[in-house]
Amino acid sequence: MTEGNITALRRGDADAFATLIDRHSPAMIRVAMAYVPSRAAAEEAVQETWIAVMGGIDGFEGRSSLKTWIFRILTNVAMRSGARERRSVPFSALADAEDTGEPSVDPDRFLPLDHELFPGHWAMMPSRWPTPDEGLLAGETREVIAAAIADLPMAQRTVIALRDVEGWSSEEVREALEISAGNQRILLHRARSRVRNAIETYYGAVTAEPMDDTATKETDDRRA
Amino acid sequence: MTDEHEQPDLACIDVVELVTDYLEGALPAATARRLEVHLETCPGCTEYVDQMRAVAGSLGGLPEDSLPPEVRDGLIAAFRGFRRHP
Repeated sequence: MTEGNITALRRGDADAFATLIDRHSPAMIRVAMAYVPSRAAAEEAVQETWIAVMGGIDGFEGRSSLKTWIFRILTNVAMRSGARERRSVPFSALADAEDTGEPSVDPDRFLPLDHELFPGHWAMMPSRWPTPDEGLLAGETREVIAAAIADLPMAQRTVIALRDVEGWSSEEVREALEISAGNQRILLHRARSRVRNAIETYYGAVTAEPMDDTATKETDDRRA
Repeated sequence: MTDEHEQPDLACIDVVELVTDYLEGALPAATARRLEVHLETCPGCTEYVDQMRAVAGSLGGLPEDSLPPEVRDGLIAAFRGFRRHP
């Protein structure tokens, strides 16, 4: 948002305000959901934030971007609302609670770490997805991806939505959620890994690693 | 710069944990180089990195829910009234 838009808002340009609402409300609902117990409560927090923006735009000093300022108001509103419901914790605490240190890929997909030739290498490699030229969102995988994101733990879901769906930079996400660069990447990594796994499961696409099959379970089973 | 030669090769099970840091440009230069060396000879990890890149790059087309239209319109009406009679 440029200075010109801020001037337009101060002048009372309702179209500029509508543009701002349409641009930021989806991400605001995402962020608010991390602090309050329901979708309805998140929408209320977003609504309250816009009313505060309306009243505060004349006093906005431009020390941060307008977007940053709006999301700071939102976080405060949502935290207060969440506190009333005895639910609210800082986003970083939510992220810590979610981090179980799970592996990105099922360890059974790899050869054992004491394998003679290829320790920790693929036993079952990921194989090429039959993705249509139009991309992952063109076919039925669209539903698979949407469902995988909806199933993510809250902190991971919020970060992947802001980064990959909304297209925010890592800096913007860090600032809005008050998390470290490292935490932001861990959450993004877990989220993208889970979505990738869901797509792979849908495509059913794994192939046995051709260069070595002596350590795979399948072979053991066949021998047994 | 020199000690990287003494580090063992990355295993695939390590690569899958480093992909996002790699794509984000957040890996130390020496580690990024080790990862790239690994990718040169590992089709499985090359595919894996491509898939993670595809996931990251494809989600922008997903629709995001916004405020209910009546709430949105109510806010815009309130803005008009507010700015007219501040």
